[in-house]
Amino acid sequence: MMMNLTLKIWRQANATTKGKMVTYPIENVSPDMSFLEMMDVLNEQLINKGIDPVAFDHDCREGICGMCSMYINGEAHGPDRFVTTCQLHMRKFKDGETITIEPFRANAFPVVKDLAVDRSAFDRIQHAGGFVSVNTSGNTQDANNIPIDKHDADKAFDAATCIGCGACVASCKNASAMLFVSAKVSQYALLPQGKVEATDRVLNMVKQMDDEGFGNCTNTGACEVECPKGISLENIARMNREYLFATVKG
Amino acid sequence: MASLDSKIPKGPLSNKWTNHKSHINLVSPANKRLIDIIVVGTGLAGASASATLAELGYNVKSFCFQDSPRRAHSIAAQGGINAAKNYQGDGDSTYRLFYDTIKGGDYRSREANVHRLAEVSTNIIDQCVAQGVPFARDYGGLLDNRSFGGVLVSRTFYAKGQTGQQLLLGAYSAMNRQIGRGKIKMYNRHEMMDLVLVDGKARGIIARNLVTGKVERHGAHAVVVASGGYGNVFFLSTNAMGSNVSAGWKIHQKGAHFANPCFTQIHPTCIPVSGDHQSKLTLMSESLRNDGRIWVPKNIDDVKAIRDGKLSPTQLKEEDRDYYLERRYPAFGNLVPRDVASRAAKERCDAGYGVNATGEAVYLDFAAAIIRYGKEQAHVKGLDENDAVLVKKLGQDVVRSKYGNLFQMYEKIVDQNPYETPMMIYPAVHYTMGGVWVDYNLMTSIPGCYAIGEANFSDHGANRLGASALMQGLADGYFVLPYTIGDYLADDIRTGSIATNTPEFDAAEKAVVDKINLFLNSKGEHSVDYYHKKLGKIMWDKCGMSRNAEGLKEAMVDIKALREDFYKNVNVPGTDSEFNEQLAKAGRVADFLELGELFAKDALDRTESCGGHFREESQTPEGEAMRDDENFTFVSAWEYKGEPADAILCKEELKYEEIEVKTRSYK
Repeated sequence: MMMNLTLKIWRQANATTKGKMVTYPIENVSPDMSFLEMMDVLNEQLINKGIDPVAFDHDCREGICGMCSMYINGEAHGPDRFVTTCQLHMRKFKDGETITIEPFRANAFPVVKDLAVDRSAFDRIQHAGGFVSVNTSGNTQDANNIPIDKHDADKAFDAATCIGCGACVASCKNASAMLFVSAKVSQYALLPQGKVEATDRVLNMVKQMDDEGFGNCTNTGACEVECPKGISLENIARMNREYLFATVKG
Repeated sequence: MASLDSKIPKGPLSNKWTNHKSHINLVSPANKRLIDIIVVGTGLAGASASATLAELGYNVKSFCFQDSPRRAHSIAAQGGINAAKNYQGDGDSTYRLFYDTIKGGDYRSREANVHRLAEVSTNIIDQCVAQGVPFARDYGGLLDNRSFGGVLVSRTFYAKGQTGQQLLLGAYSAMNRQIGRGKIKMYNRHEMMDLVLVDGKARGIIARNLVTGKVERHGAHAVVVASGGYGNVFFLSTNAMGSNVSAGWKIHQKGAHFANPCFTQIHPTCIPVSGDHQSKLTLMSESLRNDGRIWVPKNIDDVKAIRDGKLSPTQLKEEDRDYYLERRYPAFGNLVPRDVASRAAKERCDAGYGVNATGEAVYLDFAAAIIRYGKEQAHVKGLDENDAVLVKKLGQDVVRSKYGNLFQMYEKIVDQNPYETPMMIYPAVHYTMGGVWVDYNLMTSIPGCYAIGEANFSDHGANRLGASALMQGLADGYFVLPYTIGDYLADDIRTGSIATNTPEFDAAEKAVVDKINLFLNSKGEHSVDYYHKKLGKIMWDKCGMSRNAEGLKEAMVDIKALREDFYKNVNVPGTDSEFNEQLAKAGRVADFLELGELFAKDALDRTESCGGHFREESQTPEGEAMRDDENFTFVSAWEYKGEPADAILCKEELKYEEIEVKTRSYK
């Protein structure tokens, strides 16, 4: 059953101009299309009509690169759970529906154009400490020299599955980046390789997070609900412990 | 004319790399600070190379077109990474990994490079664990392994179905450390537009800021291209939307030979095409073939009933199913290499046994694995092994822990639950073994210009084994290039920084700007995607899983005509001074329109079948690929001469000292 839809899309030429919502009808949308394929069809139609196509970020289209970033009907990555926008399918919508599409909004994520935003603040937070200070010489000890408790390894992995999309920030009323930062802090804090410099890491990353203008965490948990990878709030609790410990340790 | 000296070191195979490292020139730490290196691309190869070169002391400039280096498409690699650790004690060794890779590549890769790859594979795992990459572990706390196609040991390390993500984040973290120190200058949302040569040497690039549209000049003492593969020449592939050949193609136009363009991997287990709107295809990891069994119905009546929705695959009795891989290849069964599995799926579907509406799908079934694991779990927990409901639930939990993210991805796309009903899969373009020709030092035929990772051609021959792409990317970036590049740069310690206000940069920039204006001023009828889709259809129909002389000749003619129409009739909206994705895409598709023709020419020239390259004229009576070692034991390296049809073939003969070249059999 093909669907006809009305799209209300945020259009903004660049970071310094004002934006506005613009309405576009779209017909014959297949329920098997992904949301971005529907956007491709819209853009093809706009180009053929001589209208500037809608800019949006996307790359892998399989939910792992973290580049797509649409705020659809008031939810980061739209109404489905545990998916990115590229994995959201049109079968989640009904014929005749009006769909509102906005960029991920936060002071720390300025709009590049239309639905594309600048998330380089996330990169800068990681420059401040998102690594283990080990040279890539290959002259490290054998990988099996340090056994790691499977439960810790699995939790570290779960934290490490964060794709850095920014849905947590976009969903938070304070535009806080705590879920993102805590996922990275947790991954390393849970592994013996990362423990060595855990104190400096958490202090430096939190400082950079604050400098970037992200808001405070007030434990409403919207980030966890909207996270496409199901990153747990436990990570925030762990980061708070790490941070407290680090400040006490000085 | 550039020569094709592969520069393979002398001496016994197993000592070549060690000896070579000990004898090449080095650059002192103080002098490294005087040398700039550009790295284009931040996937596993580019990110690991950037981090390591910066750690060594060079000044690195890294470029990626994505908004962050962490998004490069290595992130999407699922199944795992090979290493000859022999942690399982199942008879693995450096030699066996080397041998499997050469055989898997159907004896069309360079022996010395592959041996080096196998040698450094173990370092990769040590390195990644030290960086905090959370590989899968067993309850004893040690690293776990699984098995991949074309091998008889378990040497694949993994992190659920997200191994590429974890390895790339590891390499990205190493980059972050150097970006923080100021040793890497990172250029996100930048595209390499051309290579700049000065006195025949690579001395910089022209790049474009994709947000502002500004064209920029960047000088360096060496340029490393790590821009991945060119599978998107088929339009539909498992590659990311932005993956492109342009960096590789630009250096080809400037004198780098392009090797074996027709060696493309069609991956057997991808989610089938659902309609004309399709923008990309999604891979279901090869690791699933550890536990999934591939089949189609034996009887054509059952096929019809399934397609009509009158019969569910789960209702079909065991004796009515054709597990065709197990039937044809009993030794390797469902874990035959990718090229073999893909052709076997095509054979069944061409014979009319495809199980979906388009007739292009086969089943990948986990029911047997779920029961096997469920019984094992019931036994371990002291529960009733004959309780079918309990066994199924326990088995599903095990399968979820191994492949949960893949099953979820499948369910979201297809809207069916693969824990309850078999997955439907079909082959799709996935990886390109061909690429820029490089010598043993990974240098292209342009002095000072290197190609690493999927962008080069060297290690996988005519078919890549599963879990070897990640291995090669990280081997090149962490452990090979950082040594070999010093040998070249040792001559550059007194050169001083490379000026960009020179006639060479002027000319290169002008050519780039002219090309951009050409696209914007064309104001034709059709969008860039219109051309990309048309090219993809020609490629898939005539240069896909099965090729013949007639079709390849037609492809060359069709692609040339399409390219000419593209330059006359393309419609690129917007301007050059804004974020303009269509403009960026126009440049990429223009290069695909040249590469596609060379691809067909290469496939036409190679009249043998080998690996992923199947020429219908060269097959055994049973339909297996038939190599022609007497006439084709060489690398086809093409020299650019303007029109792709005019490219000149240079041959690098492949000499096997250690390995006896045999018919490749998985029966």
